[in-house]
Amino acid sequence: MIKKIVLMGNPNVGKSVVFSRLTGANVIASNYPGTTVDFFKGKMRVGGETYEIIDAPGTYSLEPSNKAEEVALEMLKNADIVINVVDSTNLERNLYLTLELLEQNKPIILVLNLWDEIKHLGIHIDEKTLEQLLGVPVIPTVALTGEGIKDLVTNIKNAKVNDKIKPTSEEGRWIEIGSIIKKVEIVEHRHHTLRDRISDLTIKPLTGIPIALGVIFISFWIVRLIGENLIIYLLDPIFDNFYLPLIEGLSEYIGPGTIHTLLIGDYGLPIDKIESLGMLTTGLYIPIGVVLPYIIAFYFMLSLLEDTGYLPRLATLVDKVFHKLGMHGHGIVPMFLGLGCNVPGALSTRTLETRKQRFISATLLAICVPCMAQLAMVFGVLGKHGIFYIFIVFITLIILYIILGLILNRFIKGESPEIFLEIPSYRRPSIKATIKKTWMRIRWFLKEAIPFLFLGVLIINVLYALGILQFISNALQPIMISIFGMPGDATIALITGLLRKDLAIGMLISLDMTPLQLVIAVTMLTIYFPCVATFSVLIKELGMKDMIKSASLMIGVAVIVGFLLKIILLGV
Amino acid sequence: MDEKPIPLTQLPISKRGRIIGLDGGQGFKKKLRAMGIKEGQIIKVVTKQPFRGPVTIAFFSCQMTLGRGMADKITVEVI
Repeated sequence: MIKKIVLMGNPNVGKSVVFSRLTGANVIASNYPGTTVDFFKGKMRVGGETYEIIDAPGTYSLEPSNKAEEVALEMLKNADIVINVVDSTNLERNLYLTLELLEQNKPIILVLNLWDEIKHLGIHIDEKTLEQLLGVPVIPTVALTGEGIKDLVTNIKNAKVNDKIKPTSEEGRWIEIGSIIKKVEIVEHRHHTLRDRISDLTIKPLTGIPIALGVIFISFWIVRLIGENLIIYLLDPIFDNFYLPLIEGLSEYIGPGTIHTLLIGDYGLPIDKIESLGMLTTGLYIPIGVVLPYIIAFYFMLSLLEDTGYLPRLATLVDKVFHKLGMHGHGIVPMFLGLGCNVPGALSTRTLETRKQRFISATLLAICVPCMAQLAMVFGVLGKHGIFYIFIVFITLIILYIILGLILNRFIKGESPEIFLEIPSYRRPSIKATIKKTWMRIRWFLKEAIPFLFLGVLIINVLYALGILQFISNALQPIMISIFGMPGDATIALITGLLRKDLAIGMLISLDMTPLQLVIAVTMLTIYFPCVATFSVLIKELGMKDMIKSASLMIGVAVIVGFLLKIILLGV
Repeated sequence: MDEKPIPLTQLPISKRGRIIGLDGGQGFKKKLRAMGIKEGQIIKVVTKQPFRGPVTIAFFSCQMTLGRGMADKITVEVI
């Protein structure tokens, strides 16, 4: 039997950094059976023995007040050893959970993380006395630099069931904590540090809102910078100098025919990476050569914002607005995540407490938040016609997000609880943990996007060969023209978009449409349906019944918006 | 100097107050207390967002944002 070590602690104590120090590379993200709570687990070898390490969701107490805390409690029950990670700068509050854990009759080690921080803050903790008072090993660590981690590993065998702390009431625990703190902690009076001042400036509305706009602007600028450079200096050279010649050789070898069309596209040189619609050309180049670089850049930036502790401040600032839309400030997280790839965005709607909030946030995400693939479509199709057209698409989506949110908030039954969020101190992010997190999120994209693009190219080609697409396009021609002012062929792009939005780029470009018609097509493509991958995740998250509601909303809204845009933009 | 009890939402920014009562359901009170927002705790208001937006408070050495409605249920005395 492999022994199970469970990491427990309050949110924002650097638990996941300790976890990534202990586990190294072999980490799996899993879903706790029967719930929508994700957690990480990994393996560690010490002196010939292998342990399974589980990073439980952060919790403030063992009396769960939400699903994640219930899961944490379940994990605790199956634990052989518990590592309780606490924030040394916030010992008093963290000790509440520690006392509850000590009452559980499990072997425990207490980890005082962020040990380096207490010096700056004028806090002195006598860890030896604390060890005596609690009756379990106490190890100071700085997980960020790895300090103390070795000590922790060698002490795992010393974890023991405490014999000092007796079960008591909630009030009793706070009294106990008061007397422990008196014996082990001295806090010097301290001046406002620079970090405190930045913290204040970024959360007070008068300064916080301009700063937030600046941070968002700079973040997107950096995403673009990283994404563009990855393409120019890394991916395009690889595709152009190594991959394309290979494909050209293959093209020659296969010769014209159905297989060629399927794999590479129309026979003949030059082979176009975007418009050829072959599985090995468009099917591979768009997700990897166009979308992936921006996804990497985006999630790296977002993980940095998360790990420094900025996001909760942003959530505080936007709370009032999001409350009007039926969510609360935390609703900005699914929205931001969705800008990379809608799949992680959809998964993160779990963090909202009620069904109403989750429904609104997921529906708005699917309708109004363009993922990188959709953004690639918007820029790819409209870019050469000018920024003005791109602007129309974005303004439409933003207005839609707000109007739809206001409407849904009114008509969807259920509660929208208020925000309740810890604002952690600003911290230097751990590059290792940030990269790990970025990778986890990119994996969603790789796992979902490439198979669906392959499948999409395959299905479209088969439908083409059978004449089905042409038939649908002819049949819908009158409707498309009269309602949306678009040629019938645009139907094919809309059908393709069901599978992957980025696949529609090549199709729209090759159609003869005016820039304003393209604006309508691109906006409708963004709104009417998320990709298949997001759709299937949403079914799991919302349940079939709510998803049908949500999907009807998507289609209804797309038709209305397409029609309105036609009247406004084309004037007929 | 002790003054009369006020809801947390009326505690001026940067003034310190001592919690003297929690209102609301058992679950809500339990959640607050487990986090350290309990009777006797000294807290400070860091900022309040406009238009009855959420309140950010500081206690021990941590900060927390909570909605106005919740903050209204916490009674404090200025110290």
